Amino acid sequence: MYKLLILLYFIVGCAAGSATAAEAQPVSDDPVLEQRVLQLSNELRCLVCQNQTIADSQAELAVDLRNQVRVQLRQGKSEAEILDYMVERYGDFVRYRPPVKMQTLVLWIGPFVLLAGGMFALLRYLRRRRQMPDTDDVSQRRLDEAVQLLGGKEDGR
Amino acid sequence: MARYLVPLGIFLVIVVFLGVGLGLNPRQVPSPLIDRPAPAFDLPQLHATDKRIGPEALRGQVWLLNVWASWCVSCRQEHPVLVDLAKSGVVPIYGLNYKDKRDEALRWLEQWGDPYKLSIMDSKGVTGIDYGVYGVPETYVIDKAGIIRYKQIGPLTPEILRDKILPLVRKLNV
Repeated sequence: MYKLLILLYFIVGCAAGSATAAEAQPVSDDPVLEQRVLQLSNELRCLVCQNQTIADSQAELAVDLRNQVRVQLRQGKSEAEILDYMVERYGDFVRYRPPVKMQTLVLWIGPFVLLAGGMFALLRYLRRRRQMPDTDDVSQRRLDEAVQLLGGKEDGR
Repeated sequence: MARYLVPLGIFLVIVVFLGVGLGLNPRQVPSPLIDRPAPAFDLPQLHATDKRIGPEALRGQVWLLNVWASWCVSCRQEHPVLVDLAKSGVVPIYGLNYKDKRDEALRWLEQWGDPYKLSIMDSKGVTGIDYGVYGVPETYVIDKAGIIRYKQIGPLTPEILRDKILPLVRKLNV
């Protein structure tokens, strides 16, 4: 019951957040800067509402992180530097597009491996079905009977 | 026979993967700060705002940094565990009062007891970001050299204390 309540709390919290937060609220009047803030915010995961970016989420942490992005961009830091800053604190999970490395390899190539496996199985099945003789389930004795009924000619079938 | 065994095998593999996946807690994101130096800060103390403190001042001892706030519901839940731990005197606990109002924080400590050696005021939450805080309460175990050794996300329980934190503190104190 208790766990259910916590779950409910998060669901309601996330839903309420997304209802009001279509876009990051512009705070400064510099549209170019705001555009960059929004772009970078779309790359970062909100760890409170984990399936939202910090651009989408209205959780307090997301607001703080967006401000942090804005402050650092204004200080002249590059996008890559800010991404590094976030990863140093929250880990690779904070990136919506995780980097390709040993730990994330399964994530990146797993679907393609599964796809290749599926294709292979399908092709093998199709090929086997084509090679299957049509008369597989008719015994030679029945065939002979049929030939006799048709007048004894072998090529009459 | 093989034509039944192969799908069964695939099915079992999927069951194992999904089973393990169900058992994991998606809120427990491993922190990249483990085995790294505790990020520096220089913040006012909650009870004496004219005094400031940073992690360097706490070098030479194993200590816990507990992130808490008066608005945090789960903090109430773990609070008795912290009070008991403070009474036992095994390890000093320092509080990081995260994004809180000073008067509300002080009232909260008065009401429920103060297990902290002292609390550090992070009213803007900037130090919280440096520590990768995203789900208050969080607790860090920091060793004598100022290295973070463990991070607990979410409330402490007597079990976590007994099985993870206290053995670690003992090991680090040797």
